[in-house]
Amino acid sequence: MQRIGVFVCHCGTNIAATVDVKAVAEALQHEPGVVISKEYQYMCSEAGQNLVKDAIKEYNLSGIVICSCSPRMHENTFRKAAASVGLNPYLVEVANIREQCSWIHKDMEEATEKAIILGRAAIAKVHLNAPLTAGESPVAKRALVIGGGIAGIQTALDIADAGFDVDIVEKEPTIGGKMTQIDKTFPTLDCAACILTPKMVECSQNEKIHIHSYSEVSDVKGFVGNFTVTIKKKARFVDETKCTGCGLCTEKCPQKKVPNLFNLGLDYRRAIYIPFAQAVPKVATIDADYCNMLKNGKCGVCAKVCSAGAINYEQKDEYIEQKYGAIIVATGYNPIKLDKYDEFAYSQCPDVVTSLELERLMNAAGPNGGTLLRPSDKSHPHTIVFVQCVGSRCDDSKGKPYCSKICCMYTAKHAMLIREKYPDTDVYVFYIDVRTPGKNFDEFYRRAVEQYGVHYIKGMVGKVTPKSDGKIDVQASDLLSNEQLHIDADMVVLATAIEPDKTARPLATMLTASMDTNDFFTEAHAKLRPVESPTAGIFLSGACQGPKDIPETVAQAGAAASKAIGLLCKDSITCNPCVAHSDELMCNGCSSCEKVCPYGAITYLDKEFRMPDRTTKIRRVASVNPAVCQGCGACTVACPSGAMDLNGFSNSQIMAEVDAICK
Amino acid sequence: MTFSYYPGCTLKTKAKVLDKYARASAEALGITLEEPADWQCCGGAYTTSADEIATKLSAVRTLNSAKELGRDLITVCSACHNVIKQTNYDISNNEDMAMKVNNYLKLDEPYNGETKVYHYLEMLRDVVGFDTLREKVVNPLKGKKIAAYYGCLLLRPSKALAMDDPENPTIMEDFIRALGAEPVIYSQRNECCGGYITMEDKAQASKRSNAVMDSAKDKGADMVITACPLCMYNLKTNSDVDLPVVYFTELLAEALGVKEQEEA
Amino acid sequence: MDNKLKEQVLRSSQVNVLKCMRCGKCSGTCPSYDEMEYHPHQFVYMVEKGDIEKLMNSKSIYKCLTCFACVDRCPRDVQPAKIVEAVRLAAIRQQGNNHLIPDQIPSMLDEELPQQAIVTAFRKYTK
Repeated sequence: MQRIGVFVCHCGTNIAATVDVKAVAEALQHEPGVVISKEYQYMCSEAGQNLVKDAIKEYNLSGIVICSCSPRMHENTFRKAAASVGLNPYLVEVANIREQCSWIHKDMEEATEKAIILGRAAIAKVHLNAPLTAGESPVAKRALVIGGGIAGIQTALDIADAGFDVDIVEKEPTIGGKMTQIDKTFPTLDCAACILTPKMVECSQNEKIHIHSYSEVSDVKGFVGNFTVTIKKKARFVDETKCTGCGLCTEKCPQKKVPNLFNLGLDYRRAIYIPFAQAVPKVATIDADYCNMLKNGKCGVCAKVCSAGAINYEQKDEYIEQKYGAIIVATGYNPIKLDKYDEFAYSQCPDVVTSLELERLMNAAGPNGGTLLRPSDKSHPHTIVFVQCVGSRCDDSKGKPYCSKICCMYTAKHAMLIREKYPDTDVYVFYIDVRTPGKNFDEFYRRAVEQYGVHYIKGMVGKVTPKSDGKIDVQASDLLSNEQLHIDADMVVLATAIEPDKTARPLATMLTASMDTNDFFTEAHAKLRPVESPTAGIFLSGACQGPKDIPETVAQAGAAASKAIGLLCKDSITCNPCVAHSDELMCNGCSSCEKVCPYGAITYLDKEFRMPDRTTKIRRVASVNPAVCQGCGACTVACPSGAMDLNGFSNSQIMAEVDAICK
Repeated sequence: MTFSYYPGCTLKTKAKVLDKYARASAEALGITLEEPADWQCCGGAYTTSADEIATKLSAVRTLNSAKELGRDLITVCSACHNVIKQTNYDISNNEDMAMKVNNYLKLDEPYNGETKVYHYLEMLRDVVGFDTLREKVVNPLKGKKIAAYYGCLLLRPSKALAMDDPENPTIMEDFIRALGAEPVIYSQRNECCGGYITMEDKAQASKRSNAVMDSAKDKGADMVITACPLCMYNLKTNSDVDLPVVYFTELLAEALGVKEQEEA
Repeated sequence: MDNKLKEQVLRSSQVNVLKCMRCGKCSGTCPSYDEMEYHPHQFVYMVEKGDIEKLMNSKSIYKCLTCFACVDRCPRDVQPAKIVEAVRLAAIRQQGNNHLIPDQIPSMLDEELPQQAIVTAFRKYTK
């Protein structure tokens, strides 16, 4: 005979203002099996929990129902309370009478009736609850960081600092990411390289950190604590262990007309190259698309000049396999393509540039050695127009629906740096809003206006017309003076929206980590679990989760590291016992469940069965790996024979709930 | 291949040249253009409002007559093209409008946007192919620097017109290359010439036409080509810039070697 | 605030003025800007406020070239030209409010003017 306790929470006025909680407790008192029903102002408080615990002991309860907020909020709280007095935590059910009742209804009578029905359903379910025991699975003491930008670097350093081995996989020949291309950083105007390159060196010198540059993740198997990852080390045609980074090959290579992607194609490099002087690892890479030796076998200059004998034209892609306990995604961002916005004449005029291109144009290691010159004729620009929000904050059909977040600040920085270095240059910034939430951010922007005399104009550029004399006619609205302006500019800089790196989507599929419609990784909880993916063991670092500036990225990178360390510290982890299992006698081996399982938790076994006529037969049946199963229940719905069932949410429990609701 | 061919009112009067060379060139390319018997003026401008039904009917009649013949429809004049394509787009995507139009017209079978509409240039690109066109050119227009003028009607609204990238179109430039000439890219090529405003405000029309012509000349064009009789008028009469403006079909006829026989 | 007129303009244009983020790109790109008393972004905002009559009585409604630059370039897909059209229709549909009458035409003609201009002007200015 069940002995069930019901506990109805007021949640202050959150529930009690719309639901007559006394009436709910009173009504549920008379449900079958219920021996006690109480209400209390804050059931999650210590006093509330004690009330529950005391009742369990006093009435020797066999199951409890808490009518309160969403189970996502406090299920764990009440499970712990139950366990502390000896009741199996999986004999606790939560009826959500807040998010799904009091918050969405206005009429007290209706809401009260609904709350009673929800309580009744939970009581019907708890009748069928079975005590469950969580299993354990071991944790591999090594972390994988995917992406070697500032986010990945910081995460790796923090994990290594805690004493764990950590591998960085970076698709480019060097770690460092976007920050290596940036000249100065807001709001302090530190030199980006000066604060980043020491961290890059630290990564290469830390014996716990292993850098796989020019590499990609090609396969992920397993689950939290126990991932098996295949890393593809792309052929760079240079033996990393022999190359000393002397750079002689990059000077002697006769193929001089290769667009230098590090400088965003604003100048040229050789077919064999080291992206920049402080690259880590400082190892040359051959660009197979341009190398004459690799294309037609005619050259070999780099091999001749290399005294270390590091050049290897025969090198092949190499695959390595490694076990990890935790994976941290740090795949970062890129500016969007500007094809759709050619009213700004980006494709027509080399002097219309993106903000990232401007970073290179102003950088001492950039194509002009740090002197700001127009790409078209290398002349000094006297009038520069900045356009904000290019491709950001758009209707879905026109661009990105989100604010790219960093543009207001870097544009203020650009404007200020230009006015500082070239006081004879007029700078205009067309803005919709200036968004500067952040420590010392608005003060920074005000300095651009007040100290540096940057002209901020509320309005938007509508048409850019490059002219043959090198001038650029910028037609724009000035909303405050209600005028249409024509500015005779020398350069136009577009604050281009940013988007997740293209590699993020296929990676998310490999990791079974969820993404939003913009291809940003989704966090487990927007507020309370911002650096974890809903997929256990996957953590999020930096702009792969949403647009971020450097301080925010570093903060998040550290947070992701500490979450990963928390996992790696454990020798084993408790599994969720609410997993699927298959009734082998009912399973017909159809594969429906395997096809819908998003986690790859289901495999098939050929098993021997004794038949009623005492013969044996080999049948193909589904088998669930409980350590991988996340308990989503997709398989139980897909199974045509009803063989698949989910612990804690069994088919009979769900039906009992439905029956109770429809009674 | 046979198409229904909708010339529109202006091609029968002030823009006979546009029409004449379109037909002659099509013939040279093995394309048959058949004019429907009883077409009506498209109205010149598309009224976007959802509660405008009567102003859309003549375009629907034209579209439906092509549907009944089982043919695709070709237009040349940019304005006709714009009106007919927008009508077709809205009738395909706005059920309420389709219902009202059909209730009004009482056709044998309701019209719901079935006809495929090509601008003559799209026919050259998608049916003939610019590579084939290049092979059929007998008088390549070598050394000519030609500015393609799209104006607003060929490209926008881009969702309905779906002819080319509205900000960075290539169809006319590819056409110019196929004829052996060199296209000139200038940023005002997809801005308005002033259109019908010339009727009541010459100054405003002049401002627009000059902006377009200045931009083309500035980028070194020897000539501007257009598909629109009203653009032709504005660029010629409302601009002070000394630069010839011709219809694209005239250029095509010249390159295909059918211009002289037309004139003879 | 005239709600009936506002509703008529919204229904006729099928534009959701609340999508506007007030960036002013429509007015930045408008080729008729200098000829207009109220500019494209003001059309959208004034319709949102229900200030329709001011727009109906302004010459601005006859200055829009319907070139759709504002429609194609609006980041929020607001389609200001459709608002201008709906306001103009609201104005010219009123009795005796035709902006162009046939008697005016002969004085506007010249040798080269294409028919297209006349029919377009009629469609835009007259009911």
